[in-house]
Amino acid sequence: MHALLALNPAYWQTTTLKLVVILLTVVTGAFILVYGFLFKMMAHMQSRLGPMEAGPHGLLQLMAEFGKFLQKEDIFPSKADRRVFALAPFVVLASTFLVYVVIPAGPRLIVEDFDTGIFFALAMSSLSVLGVLMAGWASANKYSLMGALRAAGQLIAYELPLVLAIVGVVVQAQSLSLQTIVHQQADGAIFGFTGIGTPFILTQFVGFFIFLVAMQAELTQTPFDMPLAESELVAGYLTEYSGIRFLLFFIAEFATAFAFAAIAATLFLGGWYVPGVHGAMADVIGPLALGAKIIGVSFLIFWIRFTYPRFREDQLQTFAWKYLIPLSLINITATGILKVVF
Amino acid sequence: MTVTDHQKSMYIAGQAADARINIELETEGMTLNIGPQHPATHGTLRIVVRLDGEQVVWADPVCGYMHRGYEKLTEVRTYPQITTLVNRIDWLSSFANEVPFILAAEQLMGIDAPPRAQWIRTILFEMARIANITLFLGEMGAQLGAITPVFYAFRDREHVLNLIESATGGRFHPNYDRIGGLKDDLPKGWVDECKDVMHRVRDFCDELETLLMGNEIFAQRMRGIGVIPAQVGLDYGLSGANIRASGVDWDIRRDEDSPLAWKHCDWKVWTHVDGDSYARYWVRLQETREASKIVDQLLDGLPAGPIMAKVPRIIKVPAGEAWVHTENPLGEMGYYVVSQGGLGPFRCKIRSASFNNVSIVPWLLQGVYVPDIITILSSLYFILGDIDR
Repeated sequence: MHALLALNPAYWQTTTLKLVVILLTVVTGAFILVYGFLFKMMAHMQSRLGPMEAGPHGLLQLMAEFGKFLQKEDIFPSKADRRVFALAPFVVLASTFLVYVVIPAGPRLIVEDFDTGIFFALAMSSLSVLGVLMAGWASANKYSLMGALRAAGQLIAYELPLVLAIVGVVVQAQSLSLQTIVHQQADGAIFGFTGIGTPFILTQFVGFFIFLVAMQAELTQTPFDMPLAESELVAGYLTEYSGIRFLLFFIAEFATAFAFAAIAATLFLGGWYVPGVHGAMADVIGPLALGAKIIGVSFLIFWIRFTYPRFREDQLQTFAWKYLIPLSLINITATGILKVVF
Repeated sequence: MTVTDHQKSMYIAGQAADARINIELETEGMTLNIGPQHPATHGTLRIVVRLDGEQVVWADPVCGYMHRGYEKLTEVRTYPQITTLVNRIDWLSSFANEVPFILAAEQLMGIDAPPRAQWIRTILFEMARIANITLFLGEMGAQLGAITPVFYAFRDREHVLNLIESATGGRFHPNYDRIGGLKDDLPKGWVDECKDVMHRVRDFCDELETLLMGNEIFAQRMRGIGVIPAQVGLDYGLSGANIRASGVDWDIRRDEDSPLAWKHCDWKVWTHVDGDSYARYWVRLQETREASKIVDQLLDGLPAGPIMAKVPRIIKVPAGEAWVHTENPLGEMGYYVVSQGGLGPFRCKIRSASFNNVSIVPWLLQGVYVPDIITILSSLYFILGDIDR
């Protein structure tokens, strides 16, 4: 183990390794969320069984779905802007990939530890709106266009509370780097008690709530799934997509959910940190701990998704601008004052 | 205070500038075809809406994509054959479609079905109502984006459909009603099982009341959306829960004398003063509860005896005209049967509730947002077969 970590590989080797790891994380993350929550948890909440035939408890269902999407025809609408239409899913997927770059899974398990890590993650995740707009515009479909415009309006409105919710954490941790934020939580003490560190959820619970709500909107999950609203816009900006390109959007949606859950776990729940685990062991336990926390946050996301009806567009904007943003500003002010006082 | 010429000219210039800006910013509208194939229309209703941004300028429902010509077909069928046709008008409560037609034929022939047959007819009528409205109660959530309630609705509706199947042999299209009575008697043990299921139906109503009606987003989406004033509703010929939700206390089951057994039960007609989508949902929820209570009471007092009156082997209806209407799950449903003494009717006019209920759509959709189109259409609750016949 120590020998493995002491290796000093060449630049191209580490880069390739990092690419493979991100690729695997994106696919595994999407797999876990789709199978565990979208297929199974939703089914059991709705008194159904979900997929049961492919593999034990339908475990291989996703393979079947994957095969199905691969062999479907890749349809372009006749009036579509072909190049933009073809490119859009890759833009969305690329933004998802880039978010994973800065999320630490252990003291040394991080692709690139930027000083401005959280800023980078949010900036990259908001790139996806570009892909969504491209998809909606290039489809030459009224439903797609309306879905894309709704998505753009919604993502811009909820980007703000998302950032403002994080500011509280950043003020407390005195850093934008996700790795430093985790270390701050690991090294902290609750009135002198150092047993569990200080997960920032204890002090930033308002921020955590705002982050969860804004994240739900960023991910366009119910109750904020107005852009996809299947009962009115058919499938929003996805209406004209089929086959592999639809699959890419689908993977991006769930991989982004996984990434955001990871960011929430890192910012508020201590990330990879487990009490009592230090040094090289943390690199082994860390990813598992982070994974468990991600599953916990994802459970909240999907629980809400399966329970609530969706907001209307104007109610959604009202909620962001009149409630979430003032609340997060108050949270920042309170955090700032308390930071100076203590 | 006097207004100087300068102020006047400034005011006029300001107005002109505003007007110019308004012209420059005027956006082009968009015509959107919702349907005929669209997830929100449950079939093939097409609604042409003219949109300004997300706001509806005007809307026009286009019916007829599912027209099957049942009124014309009745003219070339014999009376016993027609129940098979009318089963398929409102396919979610098929048995309720058979009853008024059979009653009209019985009225023309001067036959009275025995009391047991009338009671079983009423029981199945109300069970058809439950099977129909439970689906609405769940589907309304699905239309607003809550995917879970619809599965609960299907789960509990299944028990009702199983009962209908075990009594009539048909899950969806029972074809069970006969001129002068019923096809068969109820199977053994049916009554106890039915009571059990009615209990489940009430549990389902309680569940949805907390899960869906207690939800703030649901209330926000439904309250004040698609308000129908009572007079407007009456002018457009709305019936059923749609008009009761506007405060009109009118239920044919209670207000008119019918050979069916409602008069023997103790139940209540619920109305609501608001007239919005939420009120329509609430009224239908209460109606489902009342229907289950009616079934319970009828099961307790089910009379013994034959289920078929003496009817000639070949049914010939004497010349005459009859109009029978009943309070179906979707509203008032009636048959105007004209007989000239043949094996089949000379003409049969079918008054189905959804056709009239949908006629208010252009009035109702003016000025609403796109998401509200779906709320309003779903809360009016129409079945495509019932619109187009």
